[in-house]
Amino acid sequence: MTAHTLPEIGTIEPNQHGYRSFSLGKFAFARDEYFAYIQWPKGHHLMPVDAFLRALQRDIAWGFFYGTVNFDAVIGTLNHYGTVDLFAGRYNAHYRKAGLDYVETFKTPLIQRVFEAMLDDWTNATFDPFASPAETGSAFGPKNGHNKEAITRHRVTARRMVGAPGDEPRRADDNGFPVNRGFVDVPQDEPDVKPEPGFEDEVVAFNLLAYLSRSDVTWNPSVVSVCKNSLYCPTTEEYILPIIHGNDRVEWFVQLSDEIHWEVEDRETGAARARVTMKPGDVAAMPADIRHRGFAPKRSMLLVWENASPELPALISQGKLPTNPVQF
Amino acid sequence: MRQYFTRFGSLERYEKGGVEVINDDPKNYVFSNIFEVASKSKPYEKVAVGKNLEYVIEAIRAEGTSEWRAPGHDEFALVMDGEVEIRLMKLDNPSVVPPGTQGSIALKGTPAGRKMGVVRTRRGHMTLLPVGAAYQFHANRPGVVLLQTIAGNGTIERWGDICQK
Repeated sequence: MTAHTLPEIGTIEPNQHGYRSFSLGKFAFARDEYFAYIQWPKGHHLMPVDAFLRALQRDIAWGFFYGTVNFDAVIGTLNHYGTVDLFAGRYNAHYRKAGLDYVETFKTPLIQRVFEAMLDDWTNATFDPFASPAETGSAFGPKNGHNKEAITRHRVTARRMVGAPGDEPRRADDNGFPVNRGFVDVPQDEPDVKPEPGFEDEVVAFNLLAYLSRSDVTWNPSVVSVCKNSLYCPTTEEYILPIIHGNDRVEWFVQLSDEIHWEVEDRETGAARARVTMKPGDVAAMPADIRHRGFAPKRSMLLVWENASPELPALISQGKLPTNPVQF
Repeated sequence: MRQYFTRFGSLERYEKGGVEVINDDPKNYVFSNIFEVASKSKPYEKVAVGKNLEYVIEAIRAEGTSEWRAPGHDEFALVMDGEVEIRLMKLDNPSVVPPGTQGSIALKGTPAGRKMGVVRTRRGHMTLLPVGAAYQFHANRPGVVLLQTIAGNGTIERWGDICQK
């Protein structure tokens, strides 16, 4: 049967495993029971489909995030905030040397639409790409339904602070956020807020650790407080960060609970630079010229602190700002 | 079901990780520990433990009663250890904070204004310190506050003392 192609989306007819194939520019994507296959004019690549879907889910949910989202050492995206580079081998020294690297730039709504369609079609009913491996079923096998609810979760982006009037709500059993199995010992007490009459909407506080203990996703920074362009984006982490994040600005980590190990590599080549072990109370910067991947042996709480100033990537890439935040 | 134990840090009990260099300078990671910094600070010193251009996060040792301060923008206080009472006052004269103030300014004595209320906080509690108001911290025993703000009057930077080299 001839495969028909919807404009900018993918084939109408599924393959023998039940999955549609997709194209984006000169990139082509297909999956079978175990693997995602990626083709570009100079080469091809494959990834375990569970790892591919976990990375794809983050890339979509974060709006392509700050900088580079490497799905693995070969495939990924680079956000230009309006357009997005889809690349193969661009940030891999060996692919570059062999001339096998390839980059194509797309308007953000187009790549977003294709990625969303691919995630929807390739995610089976049994698999939640946001969940830790211990909390989800299998991504593998022939096509088996959908899990639209899991892949279209609301992304928390507080405008001022979680719990402030008209802002993102706190999490509770009643609104579908039970305490995670990894945090059953985290106190759930709320602060004792005693506003004077007339100031009920201005005296605001909440329990951030209790809030995080009720997160139903892993490796998904979400904004909880906003000081101009300074964003607190805490997240709960378990197992392995599904992407290798390449920074286009300095990013900071504050370890709130438990422990995370970070592998840090050169952003351009992937050459190893450092390992960073973070324990409760530790603070570390991720410089603007690295990429990093985290490993969390137990579900933990990480405060990711971002500077969302839109001019930063250009200033850093032009050498007008240093790649590390503090000189001492 | 397996019972997990969640580890937090405190002034009395913390264990640092660190940077293991492969081909890098550990100073690039500006690595410190909030509890270690606060354990060596004077009460209510605002010691930057993170900086991203004008923005900072400050580790503050909460002990006794702080001065009143008024921010030029919203700030956020996250208690990392101990119990901290946060008192809020709506300023009668908000212009005591000059326009464009970054971070907060110290106020002499108790400012004139209306009491907005009190928040009694413990570990993990985050409180909005709203622009237009003044705030004061009080802790009967030493605690630690992590403040999300902008570098300003009172921010202390001593990276060479607090960071891994």
